[in-house]
Amino acid sequence: MVVLSSVMAIVSFTSCASVKEYQKNKLNDAEMTLGNRKIQKTETSFQTYREGASGANGGKDGGGCGCN
Amino acid sequence: MKRIFLTAAAICALLHARSQAPTDSTGFKSRQLKLEEINLVSSYYTQNGDNAAVTGGIGSEKLTDIANVFDIKLTKYDKRFRKHTFGAEIGIDHYTSASSDMIDLKANSSASHADTRFYPSLNWSVANEKKGTTFTLGASSSTEFDYQSFGANISVAKKTRNKNGEFTAKFQTYLDHVSLVIPVELRTVSNGREHDYPTTPRNTFVESLSYSQIINTKLQVMFLADLVQQKGYLSLPFHRVYFKDLTVHQENLPDSRIKIPLAFRASYFLGDKFVIKTYYRFYKDDWGLVAHTVDIEVPVKITPFLSISPFYRYYTQSGINYFAPYAAHTAQEQYYTSNFDLSKFNSNFYGAGIRIAPPKGIFGQEHFSMIELRYGHYTRTNGLNSDIVSMNLKFK
Repeated sequence: MVVLSSVMAIVSFTSCASVKEYQKNKLNDAEMTLGNRKIQKTETSFQTYREGASGANGGKDGGGCGCN
Repeated sequence: MKRIFLTAAAICALLHARSQAPTDSTGFKSRQLKLEEINLVSSYYTQNGDNAAVTGGIGSEKLTDIANVFDIKLTKYDKRFRKHTFGAEIGIDHYTSASSDMIDLKANSSASHADTRFYPSLNWSVANEKKGTTFTLGASSSTEFDYQSFGANISVAKKTRNKNGEFTAKFQTYLDHVSLVIPVELRTVSNGREHDYPTTPRNTFVESLSYSQIINTKLQVMFLADLVQQKGYLSLPFHRVYFKDLTVHQENLPDSRIKIPLAFRASYFLGDKFVIKTYYRFYKDDWGLVAHTVDIEVPVKITPFLSISPFYRYYTQSGINYFAPYAAHTAQEQYYTSNFDLSKFNSNFYGAGIRIAPPKGIFGQEHFSMIELRYGHYTRTNGLNSDIVSMNLKFK
């Protein structure tokens, strides 16, 4: 919680420049995606099954058994 | 593997036929339905360990899984120039599991040693690019021998005035049914009929909030928060628990659970060749489990169309209040499990991926736009280890 609050504070202190569409070529790069890519689907599923924590974009919260 | 290549060849043929249609170069947004992309993701996963929950926290956890997911995305603009996106996905997993085979301790290879999971889903979203709003609806299901799930989700997203930030609110529900397949030695005559198991519900409700923000031309961040409520049968009926007196029991866990995961993501483009992607998650639930996850991935752009991405993930959890290993629980406890997935441990996951997306397509095939391969090795401090290799083929 402390770490998350610190990160939020650091980001909020950083002034956000208004970035125009034509300046977003690096932000739009496929490697810059904020989230899991399709190829990670199975590995995040197994992490959810083999570990007690899930959610917040790190594996789904329900909808499958993971019984084994 | 042969099936994957046959599917890929069929998709190429389909897209080649579609490419014969004349294209528009005026910038006019056609209102015809357009094929945006098709993805085929295949994975092979294998694990081993010595703490199977089916046999009370001892015994082989050997498991292999082959997963194939096929998805298709279509787009269309309506009269008011709103963009409609239609997505469909079909997933099929086939796994073999040494621990499930031990539901019947005397069988050398029982019906439960292997199973297939089938999980289709559909979603539709409508985006008003002028207003910066997106509305999404989705539905999913998942079917395997002893488990049935139906899911639905709805979300609303709104961009900030300068289009540099986006707020998303999402609600998801999973209405599941668990078949009560219990260990053979605990079955009575009335529940012992093969393939005729009673079921019991397990429902999950998830409220998610996220906010993404562009900080500058090289840095973007995202905050995520979920509130998860689960109700119903949250144990697994064939998980054994051996008490100190060596009597055998079924796992027994509370019938409700509240989970709160909070996360932060950041992606930073360093120079012209490196991207630094980070993820941190804090997790807490009312079963006493506290966990931290840290993930870093550094894609290196060898050329604009070829990148190699080493990654490392560290995870630590405290374990739930109701866990004890083999022959450690007592009859005085109300809830008990010997499932090591819920015990105290740390884990490390590392590996690398390679992504190739040439402008003229893979093998010169214009519509075969991207191929990505990824390998990862996972180790847990209580002895479980696993390997996973995945491949994503994208067609446009």
